[in-house]
Amino acid sequence: MTTRIDRRMAKLKAEDRPALVTYFMGGDPDYQTSLSIMKALPKAGSDIIELGMPFSDPMADGPAIQAAGLRALKGGQTLKKTLAMASEFRQGDDETPIVLMGYYNPIYVYGVDRFLADAKASGIDGLIIVDLPPEMDEELCIPALKAGINFVRLATPTTDDKRLPKVLENTSGFVYYVSMTGITGSALADTTKVATAVQRIKEHTDLPVCVGFGVKTAEQARTIGASADGVVVGTAIVNAVANVLGPKGEKTADPAEAVATLVSGLAQGVRSARLAAAE
Amino acid sequence: MNKPALPNSFRTGPDEQGMFGIFGGRFVAETLMPLILDLEREWSKAKDDPEFRAELSALSTFYAGRPSKLYFAEGLTRHLGGAKIYFKREDLNHTGSHKINNCLGQILLAKRMGKKRIIAETGAGQHGVASATVAARFGYPCVVYMGATDVARQSPNVFRMKLLGAEVRPVTAGHGTLKDAMNEALRDWVTNVEDTYYLIGTAAGPHPYPELVRDFQSVIGTEARQQMLEQEGRLPDTIIAAVGGGSNAIGLFHPFLDDKDVEIIGIEAGGRGLDGIEHCASMNAGKPGVLHGNRTYLLQDDDGQILEGHSISAGLDYPGVGPEHSWLRDTGRVDYQPILDDEALEAFQLCTRTEGIIPALESAHAIAHAVKIAPNMAKDKIIIVNLSGRGDKDVHTVAKMMGMEI
Repeated sequence: MTTRIDRRMAKLKAEDRPALVTYFMGGDPDYQTSLSIMKALPKAGSDIIELGMPFSDPMADGPAIQAAGLRALKGGQTLKKTLAMASEFRQGDDETPIVLMGYYNPIYVYGVDRFLADAKASGIDGLIIVDLPPEMDEELCIPALKAGINFVRLATPTTDDKRLPKVLENTSGFVYYVSMTGITGSALADTTKVATAVQRIKEHTDLPVCVGFGVKTAEQARTIGASADGVVVGTAIVNAVANVLGPKGEKTADPAEAVATLVSGLAQGVRSARLAAAE
Repeated sequence: MNKPALPNSFRTGPDEQGMFGIFGGRFVAETLMPLILDLEREWSKAKDDPEFRAELSALSTFYAGRPSKLYFAEGLTRHLGGAKIYFKREDLNHTGSHKINNCLGQILLAKRMGKKRIIAETGAGQHGVASATVAARFGYPCVVYMGATDVARQSPNVFRMKLLGAEVRPVTAGHGTLKDAMNEALRDWVTNVEDTYYLIGTAAGPHPYPELVRDFQSVIGTEARQQMLEQEGRLPDTIIAAVGGGSNAIGLFHPFLDDKDVEIIGIEAGGRGLDGIEHCASMNAGKPGVLHGNRTYLLQDDDGQILEGHSISAGLDYPGVGPEHSWLRDTGRVDYQPILDDEALEAFQLCTRTEGIIPALESAHAIAHAVKIAPNMAKDKIIIVNLSGRGDKDVHTVAKMMGMEI
């Protein structure tokens, strides 16, 4: 079977351009605003949506995403509401793939079977769970695959050739290459190294390889997109939301509009990536 | 929760996946996975290497001052009028607590692995001090992450770490306690994977940490068991230790786990009472979840968000617990009981006055339970309390609780 992710990736491959994968935090700063951000993403040129599930202790995230998660939790966001948000989005968009991204504990507490059933019903296509390496595949990865939901795995610079096959074994949808060791939102890695790493992963798999961690501008998206099948942008989007929030969390401008402006620029970047590479 | 099937021995865990029943495991980001596998390989080689064992043993003897004494607390015993109380005197170790046992073991592992930099998290500062100490002794730069709240309430230890050459980085996220310090240490590790050794201070975190920390701390129970046989000619009836992450407790308990007649009691921080949220009794009032690389009992809400605990003792102020304790709880082998802030404070003062020993507030929780049960036990019964650390670091906190300025 194919998912929306598979179909979208195949379509982009035919168009010979990389995907723009956009991460935002579900419920930041509140449910309604966040839903309007989500709805704005595809219109602004996002090809795949990563919907962040807030967690109190995001161990692999930098200050920007930590703060976004705390804002969302303070605004009353729960896993149940994040799924409801996806559901509401689906009423107006049945094409754009949604990948839930976050940490395992809220899912574990929700109950894996119940979660997968509800996620499927809400139109979720894939999962990225930061703290579930292949060693823990029995927990959620295998049940998710059985439920028809892609399990997107992170590969990192510390994932050597010996380990790559293990990491790729149950991965589906796409491979998310984290372009550096470190937390989200750090400086961009050396782009030539990224291209080499993408090539290395492609020797082990036919899956699309998307690259993230550190991409903030259209120019960077364009450079990364020259070699990768997709460019993931997260912290820059989360910051665009934070930038229009006042000291007490009050909105000083429309967050959805701020995100749309940023994403439109990034979309132009990825759309010109292969043209630039061909020059 | 269904009670797991009782094993033939309680001392064989964890399994190859690092699990104690459903607890433990390796719930970490992919970036860290190769490092954890490296550490596991190095640890399995080191633990059977006579040279490694000899070096650790020499350091334990001549640097840390082991074996620590098993001391008959005659004054406290007489005061309570029941069972005989012994203290395992980990407070007499170099740096003033049991934490040095683990740090010496792990710094030797870091050396074997060719690491260049040490990071650690700390709550009360005992582990931070012990880490800074071994880093100084072996010539490593050391960064200690400590919650900002703890930096304020454990200022003597902060100064000690600085004297030892460590950099103390206050963590302001969350409530600024041990949980937040651990998050930040993990972020540092994810960023500096190449050269950095993460010296975890408690028997928690991803496999193999719970196992290796336990093994380094088991010297406590191994000695205590031997000493009790020598001094009393028999095993104790009851052993008691305080449980935060649980390293001093698992160190005392593990060698006794298959002694079926020895009652084992772990003491959780009951804070201001279990009916509210101001406590750290994850095994009495929490439920299983996944945090900091392992599955274990956690204080959390219905959405799986981790709650901030509260304890008068910074060392017990952690919303989780080592995974082996969670398993020992579910199997029923160990009984975990809460002790309130006030009870610990009272025991702190009682111990100081009847024994001339100022215990750490963490250890005072264990003493408080002995104070509760000893009077109801016959005089020929024997209790061992793990006196895991000295209380000098806590005098400011205690003074404040007693309404005094010092």
